[in-house]
Amino acid sequence: MDHHHTHSTTPRELQMARSMCWHCQSEIAGEYFCDRCVKVQPVSKETDYFTCFGFPRRLTIDTGQLEAKFYELSRAFHPDFYQNKSETEQAISLGNAATLNTAYRTLRDPIQRAEYLLDLEAGAVKEIRTSPPADLFEEILELQDTLDEYRSADRASDTGRQLRAKLQAEQTTLEQRKRDMETRLQQLFSEWDALQERGEATSQARTERDRLLKQMREIISNRTYVKNIVNDLVATIG
Amino acid sequence: MARIVGIDLGTTNSLVAYMKDGKPCVIPGRTGRAMVPSVVAMTDNGLIVGDPAKEHLTRSPERTVYSVKRFMGKGLADVQGELAYFPYSLTEQGGVIRIKLGEKTYSPPQISAMILKELKQRAEAHLGESITKTVITVPAYFNDSQRQATKDAGMIAGLEVLRIINEPTAASLAYGLQEKTQGTIAVYDLGGGTFDISILKLKNGIFEVLATNGDTHLGGDDLDRQVADLFLSEIRSSHGIDLSTYPDHMQAVRLEAEQAKIRLSDELKTQVTVELPDSRGRFTRELTRDQLESLTTNIIERTLAPCRLALKDAGLTPGDIDEIVLVGGSTRMPLVRQRVRELFGKTPHCELNPDEVVALGAAVQADILSGGTTDMLLLDVTPLSLGIETMGGVMSSLIRRNTTIPASAKEMFTTYVDGQTGVDIHILQGERELAKDNRSLARFRLKVPPLPAGVPRIEVTFLIDANGILNVKASDMRTGQTQSIEVKPSYGLSDTEVERMIEDSFKFAAEDVNARKLIEARLDAGALITTTEKSLGEGVHLIAQEDVTGIRAALSALAAAKDGNDPRAIRARMADLEQAAKGLTVALLDDSLKRGLQGKKVSEVT
Repeated sequence: MDHHHTHSTTPRELQMARSMCWHCQSEIAGEYFCDRCVKVQPVSKETDYFTCFGFPRRLTIDTGQLEAKFYELSRAFHPDFYQNKSETEQAISLGNAATLNTAYRTLRDPIQRAEYLLDLEAGAVKEIRTSPPADLFEEILELQDTLDEYRSADRASDTGRQLRAKLQAEQTTLEQRKRDMETRLQQLFSEWDALQERGEATSQARTERDRLLKQMREIISNRTYVKNIVNDLVATIG
Repeated sequence: MARIVGIDLGTTNSLVAYMKDGKPCVIPGRTGRAMVPSVVAMTDNGLIVGDPAKEHLTRSPERTVYSVKRFMGKGLADVQGELAYFPYSLTEQGGVIRIKLGEKTYSPPQISAMILKELKQRAEAHLGESITKTVITVPAYFNDSQRQATKDAGMIAGLEVLRIINEPTAASLAYGLQEKTQGTIAVYDLGGGTFDISILKLKNGIFEVLATNGDTHLGGDDLDRQVADLFLSEIRSSHGIDLSTYPDHMQAVRLEAEQAKIRLSDELKTQVTVELPDSRGRFTRELTRDQLESLTTNIIERTLAPCRLALKDAGLTPGDIDEIVLVGGSTRMPLVRQRVRELFGKTPHCELNPDEVVALGAAVQADILSGGTTDMLLLDVTPLSLGIETMGGVMSSLIRRNTTIPASAKEMFTTYVDGQTGVDIHILQGERELAKDNRSLARFRLKVPPLPAGVPRIEVTFLIDANGILNVKASDMRTGQTQSIEVKPSYGLSDTEVERMIEDSFKFAAEDVNARKLIEARLDAGALITTTEKSLGEGVHLIAQEDVTGIRAALSALAAAKDGNDPRAIRARMADLEQAAKGLTVALLDDSLKRGLQGKKVSEVT
């Protein structure tokens, strides 16, 4: 058996945009309910999560606004409110609510939001880094050795305690590195948003766009790597 | 829309509630008690449920089922460790536990359906209308199989289960409706057999569950067991009797342990008495609250780890919790309240009856579904991660635990051998790395057109609906055609089996109705005998001797009928007695009127 992950809304899977009401065939202006027959409309596969919430494609989002919109759309889509409706409407409600929940979960977290945007703009972020980032190479290799030593050492012995102290110090350092990366990402997010606001179509703007995407991708990937190492550390030393 | 009732199908007790003028209320039975003990007994006259069945726990323990909820959605291997505690015998068929009662075997959903039917009839009698739709609550930490089994139970009972909701979130609905609370709340629900912790955010009528955790095998039953084990070992050493060979006495010990535990929530010490078999006298001892607490502290401690995990998953610390709500009878224990208070640093709420609050919440959810309540909405989560087995026996997670439901995930499948026509998919639920350490939910075979390896593209959609139940759909991305999937549940009844059980339930309904009529007739007869005897004592001097003789004869005839098994005979003798006592009733009424008038002026009377 072979299988691979795919996001549900990658541009590769685009279908025809919805434009007609499934029920009365009148034209749909873009919101979720038909103007004429007031039937709920399925959220199109083409609609990205930002559009779904009525937000521009920005990396800085007011989470209060996001939550308010999530609650508003939940009230519009949740299957609880479709119990008396037709089977078609119930199915649409179920699908829409599931999409909405995924969209909210993705946009709520800044890192997932950025990963999603990178995916939309330039294809999926490579999921897991297999080798340490260049600037961490030596450090990580040493850490792996210490971890191995600790795993085989008698934890109550002096050596065990020393190794443990060393790992704890390493954990603090790595967590700081992770925070630094997040601060750097925040800066890049602001730069991205500013560039989008300006909306220039110059070649310079395009170069800037590609540079930002590349940097964000690099840092997000490194951060995931560091995060996994820290989780591993915590799991080992408890 | 037809009325929808809310049902709390509990391990120890079950309740049914409905919404009356914007307020949820529980429906009492004939005796005025709202709780129906979740006990089903097979008698010579058919199956009986609830309080009358409870009497059979010590009388015919091997034919009386209690705590059936612990077996819902389970195989025999899952409960191996506690088989010795149950006096009835269990087997397995097609991955589903079967309970042997007399000559027949029943699946846990069938037994649960009998409890549901009792509640259904109770609601119908109270509301004077037919009830066919319901919301049923389950522990938040119930997995897919356990939820599906609950839904099956509803179907077998002739009820359409419109929604399965989680018990702690149901409780929060009942609280939220009453208190109009805003903020972050933790619901700590320690019931008869299960433990749940749910953390919710309440804002403008939205009840958003942030995280949930629990243990579906941890509850009051386990506390009772600790106490009962102490009694049993003491009886063994002091009287030299091993009660494990006496199922009826084992039940008596279990019930006495439960009662002692309950009494010790209000008292500091209590007297315990157990009758011993073969006229060996009785076992008595004093049990103090301190002793109970040291016996049960380890079990209560086990509830704290899930609380910490839920907080962690919600990204919160105990200080972030604004209010704590206690649910389930076991939260009456002072030690439980103390440990919860210590963990969260706050005094928990317990204004609403912890036995009723879940059923009340189910009624609120029922009202939301029927369109009555429109300002409240519950956004719940799936308690366990859902995934599939991948090469090397590893679980690949598709929908993480604590994801808001409905939730969906899509996965693309292809072939790796030319002309391959199928792909086997194994669905799992749980948090462990390896497939074998997680719960197997189901297996199915995906049909693939015979093409070169890697060419077919079949997209499978895994959707967890608002009930927390999985639905699977597959479509061929090349042709756009969807294919129906026949999912074989690992620990569940097949559709055909459920259908057969529904048929059976109609078939046996006549038998069961007779058992039920008999119980009711006996109860009514008992009441009539008591009141007639009382009247006779008061009015014997007011009527002729031959009438007295007539009443006495009718009384003994009714008493004899009551010991028989024919409800119609009982009803007939009741009518006879009423007829015979007519003169007495009239005479008593006249007499009391006369005495009431004595000493009053005529002007006061007219």
